[in-house]
Amino acid sequence: MATESSKRLAIIALHGTLDLAYPPLILATAALALDMEAAIFFTFYGLDIIKKGKADKLMVPPIANPAMPMPVPNIVGMLPGMTGMATMMMNNWMKKAHVAKLSELLDMAVEGGVKMIACQMTMDVMGVKREELIDGVEIGGAATFLSYASENAMTLSF
Amino acid sequence: MSVTPDQTLDCSGMACPMPILKTKKAVDSLQIGQILKMIATDPGSTSDMDAWTQKTGHQLVASEKEGDKFVFYIKRMK
Repeated sequence: MATESSKRLAIIALHGTLDLAYPPLILATAALALDMEAAIFFTFYGLDIIKKGKADKLMVPPIANPAMPMPVPNIVGMLPGMTGMATMMMNNWMKKAHVAKLSELLDMAVEGGVKMIACQMTMDVMGVKREELIDGVEIGGAATFLSYASENAMTLSF
Repeated sequence: MSVTPDQTLDCSGMACPMPILKTKKAVDSLQIGQILKMIATDPGSTSDMDAWTQKTGHQLVASEKEGDKFVFYIKRMK
């Protein structure tokens, strides 16, 4: 059992929904404050988080999500406009609780030196171009993430 | 409180993770041995400040609750 504490946090961000974009950015920025290094590997829908101007437009779907503070039956959740409505409500709750906007956390992550890796393979699959992504992001693959994580990192996936 | 702070940081109204990010920045701007007074309203800041000082090696000299505010005195150690 190692007692030496980890100085590195390696996160995989797989989803591009409002709720799932928060944990990677909160934990990565908090890691900086704890004198740790952090990296986030953005893959598949997680690429949306680092698209220019996209962070504050991410949405949360009410469908198949019984844990929403105001649960919506699936038959209603599937109606047009319901995702937009749920997103608006979630954004209002966040604002009320004084939670920072995703764009603010994203800026702090980049400025603070979080290693932001965009997954090359999924960029190709999903037709995402380099110029669509924010500055401060590097493009890499599995080896880029693993070589970072292999150095005694704690690894999380969202 | 008998501790005299060298700097005060008001994190009232901020939610996780902002108080620790701001605290880190403020403590980094102090001289070693100086004390930061940090005020927060986030109830999670009590355990977060414990964890943060433990991990970073700075010292939580004192903490107190004033109404709905949590006040922390943190000494820069290195």
